[in-house]
Amino acid sequence: MSGSWMTTRAWLLMLPLLAVMISVIGWPLVDTVRLSFTDARLVGTEGSFVGLDNYARMLSGANFQRTLVTTTWFAVISVAAEMVLGVLAALLLNQQFYGRTVLRALMILPWALPTVVNATLWRLIYNPEYGALNAALTQAGLLDAYRSWLGEPNTALAALIVADCWKNFPLVALIALAALQAVPRDITAASMVDGAGPIARFRFVILPYLVGPLLVALVLRTIEAFKVFDIIWVMTRGGPANSTRTLSILVYQEAFSFQRAGSGASLALIVTLLVTVLAVAYAALVRKAAGSAS
Amino acid sequence: MLKSISRTLLGAAFVGGAFMPHAFAETSINALFMAQAAYSEADVRAMTEAFSKANPDIKVNLEFVPYEGLHDKTVLAQGSGGYDVVLFDVIWPAEYASNNVLVDVSARITEEMKKGVLPGAWTTVTYDGKSYGMPWILDTKYLFYNKEILEKAGIKSPPKTWDELAEQAKIIKDKGLLATPISWSWSQAEAAICDYTTLVSAYGGDFIKDGKPAFQSGGGLDALNYMVTSYSSGLTNPNSKEFLEEDVRKVFQNGEAAFALNWTYMYNMANDPKDSKVAGKVGVVPAPGVAGKSEVSAVNGSMGLGITTASKHPEEAWKFITFMTSQQTQNQYAKLSLPIWASSYDDPEVTKGQEELIAAAKLGLAAMYPRPTTPKYQELSTALQQAIQESLLGQAKPEDALKSAAENSGL
Amino acid sequence: MERRSLAFTIFIHAAALLLAVVILAPVLWLFVMSISPTADLSAKPLRWWPAEVDFSRYALLLSSVENSAGAAFTASLWNSLKIAGMATIAAIALAIPAGWAVSRTPQVGWSLSMVIATYMLPPVALAVPLYMGLAYFGMLNNIFGLALVYLTILAPFTTWLMKSGFDAIPREIEASAMIDGASLFQTLRIITLPLAAPVVATSALFALLLAWDEFFYALLFTSDLRAKTLTVAIADLAGGRVSDYGLIATAGVLAALPPVLIGLVMQRALISGLTSGGVKG
Repeated sequence: MSGSWMTTRAWLLMLPLLAVMISVIGWPLVDTVRLSFTDARLVGTEGSFVGLDNYARMLSGANFQRTLVTTTWFAVISVAAEMVLGVLAALLLNQQFYGRTVLRALMILPWALPTVVNATLWRLIYNPEYGALNAALTQAGLLDAYRSWLGEPNTALAALIVADCWKNFPLVALIALAALQAVPRDITAASMVDGAGPIARFRFVILPYLVGPLLVALVLRTIEAFKVFDIIWVMTRGGPANSTRTLSILVYQEAFSFQRAGSGASLALIVTLLVTVLAVAYAALVRKAAGSAS
Repeated sequence: MLKSISRTLLGAAFVGGAFMPHAFAETSINALFMAQAAYSEADVRAMTEAFSKANPDIKVNLEFVPYEGLHDKTVLAQGSGGYDVVLFDVIWPAEYASNNVLVDVSARITEEMKKGVLPGAWTTVTYDGKSYGMPWILDTKYLFYNKEILEKAGIKSPPKTWDELAEQAKIIKDKGLLATPISWSWSQAEAAICDYTTLVSAYGGDFIKDGKPAFQSGGGLDALNYMVTSYSSGLTNPNSKEFLEEDVRKVFQNGEAAFALNWTYMYNMANDPKDSKVAGKVGVVPAPGVAGKSEVSAVNGSMGLGITTASKHPEEAWKFITFMTSQQTQNQYAKLSLPIWASSYDDPEVTKGQEELIAAAKLGLAAMYPRPTTPKYQELSTALQQAIQESLLGQAKPEDALKSAAENSGL
Repeated sequence: MERRSLAFTIFIHAAALLLAVVILAPVLWLFVMSISPTADLSAKPLRWWPAEVDFSRYALLLSSVENSAGAAFTASLWNSLKIAGMATIAAIALAIPAGWAVSRTPQVGWSLSMVIATYMLPPVALAVPLYMGLAYFGMLNNIFGLALVYLTILAPFTTWLMKSGFDAIPREIEASAMIDGASLFQTLRIITLPLAAPVVATSALFALLLAWDEFFYALLFTSDLRAKTLTVAIADLAGGRVSDYGLIATAGVLAALPPVLIGLVMQRALISGLTSGGVKG
């Protein structure tokens, strides 16, 4: 069988997938680019060409800069916490203890809970008047008066991050645990004979096995955290005083609430560009890590 | 196991596809309502059932969304011709008219309607001299108070001015009856604008003058200053800044607020012993005024029912709207929302058991103050919400916050 | 097994207990809220277990009386099932040929990379044209329209997983079947697919969970019972207007039940899927 026939056949087999992706993702993306240079509205006017006006206005607006900072905080802190907690949980689950099988199975719970349900649940937990968090903390004597967790700018973002972490760290833990189980036992044993302490053992013996899978998880989680919409929409809608408004919420507001499809599109593309740069940088990291691991 | 799962799903998908709702001989119309204050979901469903009985050839599918989703859903559904009848807030006709969302129904409105419906209600559906629907919910924010707490504090009569409200709340706080006596809905949402507008009307302020924002000074600024003082002095429940109307009701019903600003619907709900701990102790008066400026204050929080331009059944849609807004229907369900019809307010069937509310309504409804009428209302409101929250949280001084709101209002 | 000091053993058990509490407490609380009378949920101090267990909300939400809150909820449950089911089946149907093609003909692999890269696109970047496009074809507020959009979220994942699965099946097996005179499709059907069945299952589970979870597009593209999904229905309930927290919790429990059951029962398959992509980088 000739190579060129193989390639043609491969393309034919890819065709349905590519056709769907091009028509449902590719074309809208191109159209978003077109829209971003117009002043089109969501309903009614087609809009006329306005050049780079939308981009200039969006990039210079205080809203965008502030939202970018909020989004970055959300992404960096929640992803970092998920990584650390995930690895710690995986190290724990790799030990021997009673009920280990059950606990491993339970780890899937938060991850399987739909995002919207998770957000709703935490919104109820944080309720300032009747929430479980206030009740538990006061009953335990850790808090003297009920607090408005989602109503104070300095706790709202943190409260969102906790809710996001709770749902996502088990995923990291499961990935890390699978990688840990792949560490050959004789290697750890040998390192113990060599007299390596637990930290040195983690750093030099175990970590190399974790790096690859963890980086992949890191890339996926960071991209998702940067695009975050659902959990914020359900829990705070960007409040209080816009302190939890992320880029996706801002785009929604511009394009759908204010119906300015044109400037909404330009903002969306700016976000896309940011995520792409981030992803490419990460991909380079992954490749480097994969190279050094093998 | 897996095979059977996917087979079940496959089956479900195909069976589902086959049973997609298809057209019967009858006409089917879709109506969008809100699951919120005013008529309860159960009331709306019961009214619709009565309509269907009277008009068996018209089937009405009801859809309920939170108030926060009402505007966006209406606009987005235009693309699919989704709704025939939509509930709209008093602040949207300007935008809906300029974006061609609602049908101009001026010609459909009869003399009888024109004469019978309160003039204040008509402002809800009118923009640029044209009517875009029928008013349905005639509503404003009242000052509710807990009679028992006021009595314990030795307060004879509820406040007539906003300053009196603060004084009375201080007495209640100082006597240790409640730590934070006043509850409001100051979440970053339209609800906060309604409370703010009530105060703006009390202080005689203006939102827009000659097409330019005018809330940064005078009454607009006084209103925000009052909110900030009430918040920072500890008279206001600090959680108000994440409350919507239902949270306010819950706190009031639990006996944890001496005063609360809320819509009509709270009166009978808070008086229902099944859910409320303060049943029988609920007092209601118009929102207070400001000495030398106003006797009472009120925001126009009314809503109307309109036909979308995407509707293929405008006749049936109008029939449904006329039924829902008819005096008979409204009188029958006058517990959570008061009728738009002038003569209803003297009808014993309506007033019975809620004389106090009717008395407050007569004063409050006459004083209703509009939020600005502009196609860019969403942007203005969003900017104002931010200003209110930033001021409450001490992130900005009220005058600065309102100034930047004016700049970001799109006006 | 290494020997451990008693202190370390105690530490491990304490940590495991803490982890179990952290994972379980919020989920259990969701369930407790769903069976607590309304008064208990606004009691101060809060009641952690209801005086009287109340399952009536489940009956309310699952009732099918026409034009009731229950009918609205069950309709959205069905919509979610149908949309997730259709999108998953389609995503597998696209993934099998495409995944095999990339696995056997690496020269076309770059196109799969492009497809996977679409994952980086925030949905808001596509929403406006998609909205207008669906409106043009009359597919707004339509389960087929939403399933088509979901397909583009699921297909990159399923294709990637299938490709990893096919990579693990030696080409020699296929080659020998072909020599025996089987056509390509016969070979795939008789030899390759049965070997890849576990991967197909894993991919389908992932796809189902992803589709079940989606909220943003559903929020924009559906408006009523004809297509509204469960996630949107729950967000509507939680929008701050329903004062019965127990009802919100009940809706949450019902929406979480299918994916949680799948997760618990199919754990092994899911984890192998999670890691197969990851470990190979």
